Amino acid sequence: MGKKILMKGNEAVAEAAIRAGCKYFFGYPITPQNEIPEYMSRELPKRGGVYLQAEAEFAAANMLYGAAGSGVRVMTSSSSPGISLMAEGISYMIGAQLPCVIVNMVRGGPGLGNIAPAQSDYMQAVKGMCHGDVHLIVLAPSSVQEAVDLMYDAFDMADLYRNPVLLLGDGMIGQMMEPVEFKESTNKNLPPKTWATTGTRNSPDGKRRIINSLSIEPEDLENLNIEIQKKYKTIVEKEIRYEEYKMSKDLDIIFASYGTTSRIVKYVIKKLEEEGIKAGLIRPITLWPFPEKIFENWAENSKAKFFLTVEMSAGQMIEDVKLSINGKKPVYFYGRTGGMVPEPKEIIDYAKSLLKK
Amino acid sequence: MHEEIIMAGFGGQGVMLLGKFISEAAMEEGKEVSWLPSYGPEMRGGTANCHVIVSDEPIASPIITESSILIAMNRPSLEKFEKTLKKDGILFMNSSIIDIEPSRKDIRVYKVPLNEIANRLGSQKIINMIMAGALIAVTKIVSLETMKNVFEENLTGSKAKFIDLNIKSMDEGINYIKNNYNI
Amino acid sequence: MGKIVYEKSKGLTDVPLHYCPGCLHGVIHKLVAETLVELNVLDRAIGVAPVGCAVFAYKYFNCDMHEAAHGRAPAVATGIKRAVPDSVVFTYQGDGDLASIGTGDIVHVAHRGEKITTIFVNNAIYGMTGGQMAPTTLPGQKTTTSPYGRDPAHCGFPYRVSEMLATIPSTAFIARVAVYDIAHLTKAKAAIKKAFQMQIEGKGFSLVEVLSTCPTNWGLTPVESLKWLKENMEPYYPLGIYKDVSSNEGGN
Repeated sequence: MGKKILMKGNEAVAEAAIRAGCKYFFGYPITPQNEIPEYMSRELPKRGGVYLQAEAEFAAANMLYGAAGSGVRVMTSSSSPGISLMAEGISYMIGAQLPCVIVNMVRGGPGLGNIAPAQSDYMQAVKGMCHGDVHLIVLAPSSVQEAVDLMYDAFDMADLYRNPVLLLGDGMIGQMMEPVEFKESTNKNLPPKTWATTGTRNSPDGKRRIINSLSIEPEDLENLNIEIQKKYKTIVEKEIRYEEYKMSKDLDIIFASYGTTSRIVKYVIKKLEEEGIKAGLIRPITLWPFPEKIFENWAENSKAKFFLTVEMSAGQMIEDVKLSINGKKPVYFYGRTGGMVPEPKEIIDYAKSLLKK
Repeated sequence: MHEEIIMAGFGGQGVMLLGKFISEAAMEEGKEVSWLPSYGPEMRGGTANCHVIVSDEPIASPIITESSILIAMNRPSLEKFEKTLKKDGILFMNSSIIDIEPSRKDIRVYKVPLNEIANRLGSQKIINMIMAGALIAVTKIVSLETMKNVFEENLTGSKAKFIDLNIKSMDEGINYIKNNYNI
Repeated sequence: MGKIVYEKSKGLTDVPLHYCPGCLHGVIHKLVAETLVELNVLDRAIGVAPVGCAVFAYKYFNCDMHEAAHGRAPAVATGIKRAVPDSVVFTYQGDGDLASIGTGDIVHVAHRGEKITTIFVNNAIYGMTGGQMAPTTLPGQKTTTSPYGRDPAHCGFPYRVSEMLATIPSTAFIARVAVYDIAHLTKAKAAIKKAFQMQIEGKGFSLVEVLSTCPTNWGLTPVESLKWLKENMEPYYPLGIYKDVSSNEGGN
């Protein structure tokens, strides 16, 4: 680990990507993530890489498709409306089983929305990103340091599973500065990319390679889907990550929250503690795969009266919390939308009102 | 130690950089820090602000809802953020251009005529560093030495010539507090 | 012992083509494949297939291939070329793919002077989806979505891709060719070869527009189709070299 430096989330994510071996960046400007392409355009040419500004987000996603298909570590970043434009290309990459990393510094929606931090793209990220039976591995950092650490893992996971990985932050993670330390690349033992198109003269067996998501015969396409789903099963088994904060059996309230909001919830938990109310937090770090079991376990093995999900959305992750808990405890929701950040007092008041129920 | 500081002013008054330098200095002294800016169209011309938290403990939320310190570089900032100050919180205000009195009576107030001091120093660009001096003189949030290191680390190349001016501005802020307040 | 008088290009696989009888895609594929072999770049060629009738082109060209989303072949090719700069990258696109949904992509790949080659097959209609109106459909031409004939007052005039792209400074070679007789085939082959050479020499973006037919959706026999192309398409889409940075004469 190096020296601690104070860095903006966006810039730190970009630096981490380069250190993780990312050599190619294709993107398009949109607030609040512009420091990522700006950093890449400054740094990549100096460090043996290529930065190219695409004419639109959909073009960027398809440049990723081409570069990823040729076997290089490649990424893009955007914010909500731009990610919607990338959706088609992402589906093709999943179908063609290509690794890449996508960063979404989420802003308020729907439509043009605004540029303030939000978590209203959860459903898009974990369920409805694009057409087909698809998943992205979705990583949700709650600090700049965690965003940095997850970037290394994002590239490794993408390569290991040959699937796009999405780092889901928000405007706040992107814009805030915190001290960070960069580790050197993890250098995991990853399988060689023998499937990549680099010209047959570079192919280990001399045979040509095809990067493709089209399988016109239903039987072939089903087989592809079976293969992809098998991969997803492995991801569910191996990659689930979460944090348990002040969790114990004799809590009054169990909070569920991720990313930026989870930090506010941690503050809320300390405040409630001062008033004699015991609360803990389950913070999913992988939003897909979702840490279902840990929610189920605590629903079964805790005296908590209820779960309270807190999000900067109208209620999206709560659906996964409910599915995981499967009726074993009541699940309530508190959220703000449109770029409004929930204030601790609002959450505390709502939590206390629920306890009186 | 746990300080939650809101720094606010017009775009161009250097509150973002002031926040960054204080955060960096605190980090170098082993503190946990976070710096959260307002961003977007208001960055130019309108009001700009940043939330800086300096703490011995890991920082939960980077958003400040109750501040322990407010730095108001102009009148809109005072009007907007005065209510966020805790009881016994500290207000630093730029008395050169803020023509109203704070409405709160349960806080400590330090008035610093930044623009006048800056005029004497011959540059309006360093009013943020005069304020840094005032902040340090009252709160000892970071040491002067560390701030000097931060200047040296950040002002390199063609900017290196501004190091001395920054240090001098900070000293002026400290002196103003020492000469006008009992600390 | 018999003497070999004709051999299929090594630039093509043995997979039987799926194209309709009389369609010119097969001929155009052959010209591209032969060119890659003759320029000795087949083993560093990476092609990008479109969405449209040539969607299965990745099965036919005997080199590394990508299959792109509709209109996005130039973006995909950009990613490939930037990742593998010493490769020879080409896109093979129809008029719906390139001139409608992919207009932005082709304009920007040309503007960037991306060192790739595009083979643009213009037959004035959507073939794969069943004969709908294309951006290149001629005024008055009947299609399944212009059943009364294309009315420019209603949906505009067809636009000329080669002429437009030739105005872009970073294009190196732009030509429109036809393949309906031997003389034109020879010229077409020369243009395609030139386009790839320009890429290999790093001169910039190159594109060859090939006027083509669609007997199936035009409702004509293959022979009638060739006549229709000559009499109707060629006047609107004049053949020629629109840009050639390697010649002092320049454009036409």
